[in-house]
Amino acid sequence: MHAIYPLTLAALLFAVGVYGLLARRNAVAVLMAIELLLNAVNLNLVTFSSLLRDQYGMGQVFTVFLITVAAAETGLGLAIVLLLYRNRGTAAIDDARELGEDGAFGLKRVPQQPDGEGSEAGTATGNTAATTAATTAATTAPAPKAVTK
Amino acid sequence: MTTTRALGSTTGVEITFILIGLLTFGAAVLTVTVRNLVHAALWLVVALGGLAGCYLLLAAEFVAWVQVLIYVGAVAVLLLFGLMLTRAPIGRTTELDSGNRWAAAVVGLATAGVLVSVIGDAVRTTWFDPRQAVVNGTAKAVGTSLFRYWVLPFELLSVLLLAALVGAIVLSRRDVSDDVDAGTGISQAQATQAQATEAEA
Repeated sequence: MHAIYPLTLAALLFAVGVYGLLARRNAVAVLMAIELLLNAVNLNLVTFSSLLRDQYGMGQVFTVFLITVAAAETGLGLAIVLLLYRNRGTAAIDDARELGEDGAFGLKRVPQQPDGEGSEAGTATGNTAATTAATTAATTAPAPKAVTK
Repeated sequence: MTTTRALGSTTGVEITFILIGLLTFGAAVLTVTVRNLVHAALWLVVALGGLAGCYLLLAAEFVAWVQVLIYVGAVAVLLLFGLMLTRAPIGRTTELDSGNRWAAAVVGLATAGVLVSVIGDAVRTTWFDPRQAVVNGTAKAVGTSLFRYWVLPFELLSVLLLAALVGAIVLSRRDVSDDVDAGTGISQAQATQAQATEAEA
């Protein structure tokens, strides 16, 4: 087999994963894109293991290791996403912007919520108490903005 | 070991690989572009299954079945559970893509262009016969090299997996956050005070 076919497929999968990582807004969809990235690396490892026929079985053993690490990463990532959802009422990573600077790259600090809660927290920059109030309100009554049509 | 061979002469294995590769690539593209989140997870299953087929064609059968077991079996179910628990929109939704979609497309295309051109220039017409590597991909061979040369990373990885599981359980426990509610009562009072002063101002 020509080595260029699996390597090209791996490069294309990596590029698709990069696109998904940057373009998706839902945190679970971002995790799916990360899975694509890791699988592209796996395909490279398997290809070179078959191409070079190493006597230590390095490529395939590392592929198994990487699959395990990816599974652990997915489990932890989903737990973090679940915690984010429980505290904020949404799994959209665009809304988690507390650590962003004001106006960097033209980004709003806290996006506008439909009920006006976000603008209130946005005006109280540095006032952590107001932010805590917003988050505790979201904890007690999670209001996911699920716009379906 | 590795030889070169003209790109025009394709074998049956290569044609099969190209077909499965096209399926995998298409499923991956649909995973990151489709507007239905559950469909995206199911297309991811197709892409990962296609990759398992690629591993089989590359003479790595043990890795292929591990891929089927862990990715198609466990990780896909885990992702679907994540979608369910975060009450993700089931139907088509407009707000799945963020605003920087076009910048992401430019970055993705640039990544693809750079990687494909560099790799294509690096390997050119390198050719190998996967049938000669079949003996390296069996469960026996992989297990032998795993427990003869890579025992320490294997054990470290099991510790890592244990730590990840414990971390996930601790993160997703509900009663932990209930315990500290008594502590946050004070800050909540402060918060209402702050809101009151805000309203005054």
